[in-house]
Amino acid sequence: MSIVSALHAARLPVDASAHGPALDRQLLLSLWIVLALFTLAHVILLGGLAARRHHPQKSVWQIEYLPLVALAALFAVLTIRAERLWAATRYTGASLTALQVEVTGVQFAWYFRYPGVDGTFGRVRPELVAPGEGNPLGLDPADSHSADDVVSSQLMLPVGREVDLAIRSQDVIHGFSVPEMRLKQNAVPGETIHIHFTPTKTGTYAILCTQVCGLGHYRMNANLRVVTPEEFDSWLAAREKAVQR
Amino acid sequence: MPAIITPHKTDRDRKRHVEDHDNGAGRRPPTDKRTGGGGDNDGWSDGQSRRGPHERLNRYRMGIFFALASDLMFFVAIVSTFFVNQSAGHIDVYNHYVNDWFPTVIPPILWLNTAVLLISSVTMEIARRTMFHENDVMDEWLGLGKPITRRALPWLSATIVLGLLFLAGQWVAWKQLAMQGVFFRSSQSSHFFYLITGVHAFHLFLGIGALLAAFVGLYVSRQLETRQIIVDCAGWYWHAMGLLWIFLFTLLVFFQ
Amino acid sequence: MTLTSLRRRVFSTDHHVIGVEYLLLALTAVVIGTTLSLLMRIHLVWPDWQLPLHGPILPEDYLAMVTIHGTVMLFFVLTTAPQAGFGNLILPAQIGSRRMAFPVLNAMSFWLTAVALVVLLSSTFVPGGSPISGWTAYPPLSAVASAGPGQAMGMDLWLASIALFGIAATISSINTLVTIIKLRCDGMTWERMPLTVWGWFTAALLSVIAFSVLLAAILLLFCDRHAGTSFFLPAGDLVNGTLHVAHKGANGSPLLWLHLFWFFGHPEVYIAILPGFGVTSMLLANFSFRRVFGYRIMIATTLLIGLLGILLWGHHMFVAGLNPFAASAFSVTTMAIAVPASAKVLSWIATTWRSRPSYKTAMLFSLGFVSLFIAGGLTGPILAQPILDEYLHNTFFVVAHFHLIMAMAAVFGLYAATYYWFPLMTGRMMSERLGRWHFWLTLVGAYATFLPMHLTGLAGEPRHYAQLAGIPNAAGVMLARLVPLNRFITYSALFLATAQLVFLWNVVRSLRRGAVATENPWMATTLEWHPALHPRHSAAMGEPIAVHRQPCQYAATPSGETFLPQWVPDTLADTTTEAAFDTKPE
Repeated sequence: MSIVSALHAARLPVDASAHGPALDRQLLLSLWIVLALFTLAHVILLGGLAARRHHPQKSVWQIEYLPLVALAALFAVLTIRAERLWAATRYTGASLTALQVEVTGVQFAWYFRYPGVDGTFGRVRPELVAPGEGNPLGLDPADSHSADDVVSSQLMLPVGREVDLAIRSQDVIHGFSVPEMRLKQNAVPGETIHIHFTPTKTGTYAILCTQVCGLGHYRMNANLRVVTPEEFDSWLAAREKAVQR
Repeated sequence: MPAIITPHKTDRDRKRHVEDHDNGAGRRPPTDKRTGGGGDNDGWSDGQSRRGPHERLNRYRMGIFFALASDLMFFVAIVSTFFVNQSAGHIDVYNHYVNDWFPTVIPPILWLNTAVLLISSVTMEIARRTMFHENDVMDEWLGLGKPITRRALPWLSATIVLGLLFLAGQWVAWKQLAMQGVFFRSSQSSHFFYLITGVHAFHLFLGIGALLAAFVGLYVSRQLETRQIIVDCAGWYWHAMGLLWIFLFTLLVFFQ
Repeated sequence: MTLTSLRRRVFSTDHHVIGVEYLLLALTAVVIGTTLSLLMRIHLVWPDWQLPLHGPILPEDYLAMVTIHGTVMLFFVLTTAPQAGFGNLILPAQIGSRRMAFPVLNAMSFWLTAVALVVLLSSTFVPGGSPISGWTAYPPLSAVASAGPGQAMGMDLWLASIALFGIAATISSINTLVTIIKLRCDGMTWERMPLTVWGWFTAALLSVIAFSVLLAAILLLFCDRHAGTSFFLPAGDLVNGTLHVAHKGANGSPLLWLHLFWFFGHPEVYIAILPGFGVTSMLLANFSFRRVFGYRIMIATTLLIGLLGILLWGHHMFVAGLNPFAASAFSVTTMAIAVPASAKVLSWIATTWRSRPSYKTAMLFSLGFVSLFIAGGLTGPILAQPILDEYLHNTFFVVAHFHLIMAMAAVFGLYAATYYWFPLMTGRMMSERLGRWHFWLTLVGAYATFLPMHLTGLAGEPRHYAQLAGIPNAAGVMLARLVPLNRFITYSALFLATAQLVFLWNVVRSLRRGAVATENPWMATTLEWHPALHPRHSAAMGEPIAVHRQPCQYAATPSGETFLPQWVPDTLADTTTEAAFDTKPE
């Protein structure tokens, strides 16, 4: 395979989330600025080396402080833009109507739990974890909320609706990452971390683990399927029925 | 910045009074406070002579201070962990805030131990100052016996005894806690109680080693400066551990 | 060899010997680390390739290589070689001292470091092999023996090794600090200290602050592993069948380790690069026959980078569960460090600007350092934005970023230092012809290896993946696309590693057949070239040493280039040339 097609294969993945375009713009802006600065620095460095020897009357202000102020201003602008984006996605929680899904990382799989009709996640107890018996999360049957909880090994989401992910880990630190959703958040045992996003395009996307978690780290992944709301509802209803049975 | 092609004239033409033994060597009485070194034009680097009399002492003292600064960061890290874990409550599935920190009750003997350690710091300071008593230093320099060692030894021995007493006291405290069923692994706060007192005790253990070395050194070493250095450095280490204990003890008593 | 001479040669307390020992240790370590990185690169694109005498590379082997590669490179190469190796060889002479402050401690810290390396490597041979949790050792993966192969005995050895290394590095840094503060010669004021010394000084300050925090973290982790505590282990953590039973509500947090570790880990990065800054600054000026542009600014930025270096550890944790407000704060401190770093680059460019330098190999590597530092440093402000880190964290974009700086710029600094000080160490010059080959091949190899990594990272390739092909689900499709470009990176990495053989050959050849060096072959102005401090010229040993000016005083006179070494008194310097010197206000 030629180098051109290899390069072509290495491009930003499709952007399929609501907050993604702004992130991509910021990313591309930063990349162009960096590329320009890199080129500029090299042109000046090499130009200065190529030019004939000269002992110029150099003033520190001209050569050092002014460019420094300009660079500082540039970095400040980047910082402010980035902070605003960050604040927009992370400072606030999801809206109350967001779809609740719990994500649990386990060596080496992702599990997704939907709260079911009661809208409440049941209690999990690590003593009850038994993947072989169909209870990988350790759902407590004594808790009435857990009876209707749907546990899935793929993340099914309706397009266009905000999702509130509650990210947990059962054992070690995992990294929940969906490149197409421009999403990344570590799953830390002992904590539940919430992130929220809105998928905007239907399709099947990769969910990766991005924090080294053991020997199966490289194959710890799952599929994210973004479907139409109708498709989602019928899928959830079917799963719901299977659980109730 | 002005050009520095030409150093100040005084820098270059500083008079050295050779007849006064002012060659930066240790020929003058070892009571000189001038330390030399550090780029301050004392002309010590001619390869033969030593620097000012307290140069070595100051070098070792500075080494100890940096080591203690590093050690301080060690304890800062542990104490930060203490505060983080102490306030690490969580909200359980029923939306209750849960904080399971159960403070470890401090055995009262620790108050006594603290007093012992404070007194040991006083005796240590007396021993340390004795090492620099000018009349005695002059006597030794003139070859009139070893008055410094004679005077410092009792205080140093007292410090060692008090230090051992403190360690024994800590041991008793651990035993008392163990009798109440509080062990290292019992609870989050007991982890920290044992860890903090244990790590501190280990430091004091090393400190007693240093004091014993100073004790032996006072007998063995002929050079006054070497004796001063070992007692001085052991002393600063001991003081630092005493001070540290005050902080750790306050932490354990009032901030659990 | 008798026992006494063995003691004198091997367990020497002479700082030259210790410096060379450190460099040899680092050379051993860098060979190991490079070999491991090549094996990883090969396995990544040809997963079926069998390692001779070992067989197929399993995922746990791959991760063990990741751990050992990172640990060996960061600790035993990038911390020891610039800071302890050249620090011992050159630092005392540059401040006009004939010794380090504590020679015995110096030897002790070297031997502790050597033991630490042996302990680290021995983890390969214990049951389960080396740990698989990477050099960052995040718990609970590193806290629970059942979490994976290598997390039992291997992890304990890793912890022991790093603890030993930390103690050794702290002792060595105390030695460096006291040496710099107390053993400067006549006239060596703070402002006249070469920038290399400032680099070593700041790095030593950082070591003293940072390594003891790591030690504390290691102690806590050790207690979690063996004493039943729960500092980093949350209650009810279930790892591979092992349930962590917490006592009386003891509830630890893995994030605490991240904080403690990165409080050490980020300064560690600056410990590795600060001496490189110093060497580059001095060498650029030396070969440009110029004063360092903005000497005071250079000193200030070195200290400022050190200071900011301990305030920005949180940028490793933007997506690790850090409070989003804290992430904003750490983002600002991280961005702030771009300013002193830019000031350094501006000074370097201004120093060489229209100077027609002499392109000796050491100069080429210094220029290469500047280029690679710009390339690697500029992606810093991208990764400092938490919102972009949300996409780029733990991808190959990050790998490219820190390899360009740490693996390439820092190593270019080491090469520059080696070519520059080789005559001082051995009395012979290294071959310039081979040196130029080495430089150009390495520069091309470096960019060819690490620039494409930015692209695979932007395409979403995560770090620490043992293989890219044969992965199920949508992830498999995404990763398989990146194999061709990764193959190119592997070829480049092999090329880059092969180019280093030129350097090894140059060292070996020059040791025996290199041209005999003159006393001051580079027209250097710093004290290590003072005849009385020269390790190989003991004739003038008794001569007093004094310093009369800042380093790097060069001038063009009608008769050619002249230079004024720091040690030449003004009475001896030709007064007519003095007027021609760069004495303009800064």
